[in-house]
Amino acid sequence: MKRFIGFIKKEFYHIFRDRRSLFILFGMPIAQIMLFGFAITNEINNVDIAILDHSKDATTKEIINKISASKYFSIKQMLTREAEIASVFEKGHVKAVLNFEKDFSQKLIKDNKATVQIITDATDPNTANTISNYVNAILQTYQKEINKDIVISYQIVPQTRMVYNPELKSVYMFVPGVMTIILMLVSAMMTSISITREKELGTMEILLVSPLKPIQVIVGKVFPYIFLSIINAIVIVMLSIFIFKMPVQGSLFLLGLESVLFIITALALGILISTISATQQTAMMISLMGLMLPVILLSGFIFPISSMPLPLQLISNIIPAKWFIIIIKGIMLKGVGLQYIWKETLILVGMTVFFIALSVKKYKIRLE
Amino acid sequence: MSISVNHISKSYKKVKALQDISFEVKQNELFGLIGPDGAGKTTLFRILTTLLFPNEGTATVAGFDVVTDYKKIRNSVGYMPGKFSLYQDLTVEENLNFFATIFGTTIEENYDLIKDIYVQIEPFKNRRAGKLSGGMKQKLALCCALIHKPKVLFLDEPTTGVDPVSRKEFWDMLKRLQQKNITILVSTPYMDEAALCDRIALIQDGKILEIDTPEAIVKHFPKQIYNVRANNMYQLITSLNEYQHNHSVYPFGEFVHYTDSRTDFNPNDLKVYLESKNLFNIEIEKTKATIEDTFMELAK
Repeated sequence: MKRFIGFIKKEFYHIFRDRRSLFILFGMPIAQIMLFGFAITNEINNVDIAILDHSKDATTKEIINKISASKYFSIKQMLTREAEIASVFEKGHVKAVLNFEKDFSQKLIKDNKATVQIITDATDPNTANTISNYVNAILQTYQKEINKDIVISYQIVPQTRMVYNPELKSVYMFVPGVMTIILMLVSAMMTSISITREKELGTMEILLVSPLKPIQVIVGKVFPYIFLSIINAIVIVMLSIFIFKMPVQGSLFLLGLESVLFIITALALGILISTISATQQTAMMISLMGLMLPVILLSGFIFPISSMPLPLQLISNIIPAKWFIIIIKGIMLKGVGLQYIWKETLILVGMTVFFIALSVKKYKIRLE
Repeated sequence: MSISVNHISKSYKKVKALQDISFEVKQNELFGLIGPDGAGKTTLFRILTTLLFPNEGTATVAGFDVVTDYKKIRNSVGYMPGKFSLYQDLTVEENLNFFATIFGTTIEENYDLIKDIYVQIEPFKNRRAGKLSGGMKQKLALCCALIHKPKVLFLDEPTTGVDPVSRKEFWDMLKRLQQKNITILVSTPYMDEAALCDRIALIQDGKILEIDTPEAIVKHFPKQIYNVRANNMYQLITSLNEYQHNHSVYPFGEFVHYTDSRTDFNPNDLKVYLESKNLFNIEIEKTKATIEDTFMELAK
């Protein structure tokens, strides 16, 4: 036991003396959560639009007022000619143009129908889609307002309610994802690098020719990172609660336990990576390419798994991050208890046991 | 026997690193493995320290088999690899403490063993190991390999890249350690260090050329060696190489070591020949063979 404690003490020296890694270790979670929380967002706010109003009557004015009053749009330019539309898009000044047809009010009253064209810049398809939805929503509200005295028979009224995230805040989606990425990166990459560093510097040779057991070396290497990753997880949850006002509906204790489980899964992966790579660089490349990309792309963090092609859906099942994201979304947003996420938890436990068994088996007690 | 090696062979893919190596090292002996880079010294060390499996043959260290009893060997030997293998970001004291701890001992417990060496690096005990000079690093590495009072000490090229003064000090330390009941197997590419060992094995291309005491090895050198010197070293070597009766010609410091193939060699004949090659200030003197001469002769 004394040997083991001595080993862990040495690991902490390594970590705290390497200022740059330490900065990455604790700076990265904060930077990432801030970036995803503030800068990278799916919501639209104050989008610049232009208006080409051919009729300039009471109705169009009212609609324009409603649009400019919403916090989503700000009207940047009033156009006068059809030809200007192309040029404002080309200059990139506006993201959308509303084109009201001639005699809008008259047509509305006479024919019961008037058209407004919504032209959006679809170089960014997601934004274009969102803009057109928002404009539609504003137009429909207005339509209901002017029709409120008229009774239409056979009307279907959809009542939409967004549960778990009623304001559709994208930070709710990013926090679980970022937490997953960071725990994965810190745990897997840092351990695999720290083990391969011993190989590269030749100190592994001395450790092997010592009475230390392989399991002591592995656990000793991993232990400090469990500790650091838990601190990271706490920092992330605190940031999301206090800065982004993201509620944690479920039990914090369960969230903590599940995070520790995922940290251990990632550490086991890190050990596995270190057993197959000889240098720190290889370990880093495998961690980045082999773990980061799947975590970002295939875990359901950004792109919904259900809309992927079948082969990718199948592959996503072997990615631990997918299950962890389901678990923390469940706990943080839905407030579910273990009875709803035991299956995902069990899968993570199984993966962890598998990785640990494999890496203990692959750990070399000799140089070849 | 402290170390016993029986017909060990080892190959990496196509390269035969060791071929049928056998030797024995007695209790408390300072045994040297002398050979150039790539001779197989490190491979042999790794087999004896249980880091590699031999392809053929058996070996025991401190009475334990290197394959089946590897755990016991790992408890009772000290190993200092050729490459500096301590933690560069840990201080001198922290390194020593760490190695003491993982071997289940403390610095105090075996202080008398490392005292002579440690006092030299103690003034720098709070300095990071990476910032030490080459000689200091080797002294620290030796301390770390000794801290658990090993029965057998393996030192793989401990003085490579170390200045001559530190090298001498290092060997003085090894001599002292020997008095303290430790068997030492040391490898070196420096022939002058070979003379300081009790016995040496000359090794090249994975084969042992000869095993004996340094004195005996030198004594067995079959020919008389001459120190030859002239005004132009390069031309001297070329001329000697062209001389029809030469047996061996090796530059050796400011001289050329020359042996003749004839039994009734008369140095004056050589002098006449060299003068005919426009060399002057010619000196030809008898000299004693060194281990390097033996090595070159055997490796021929």
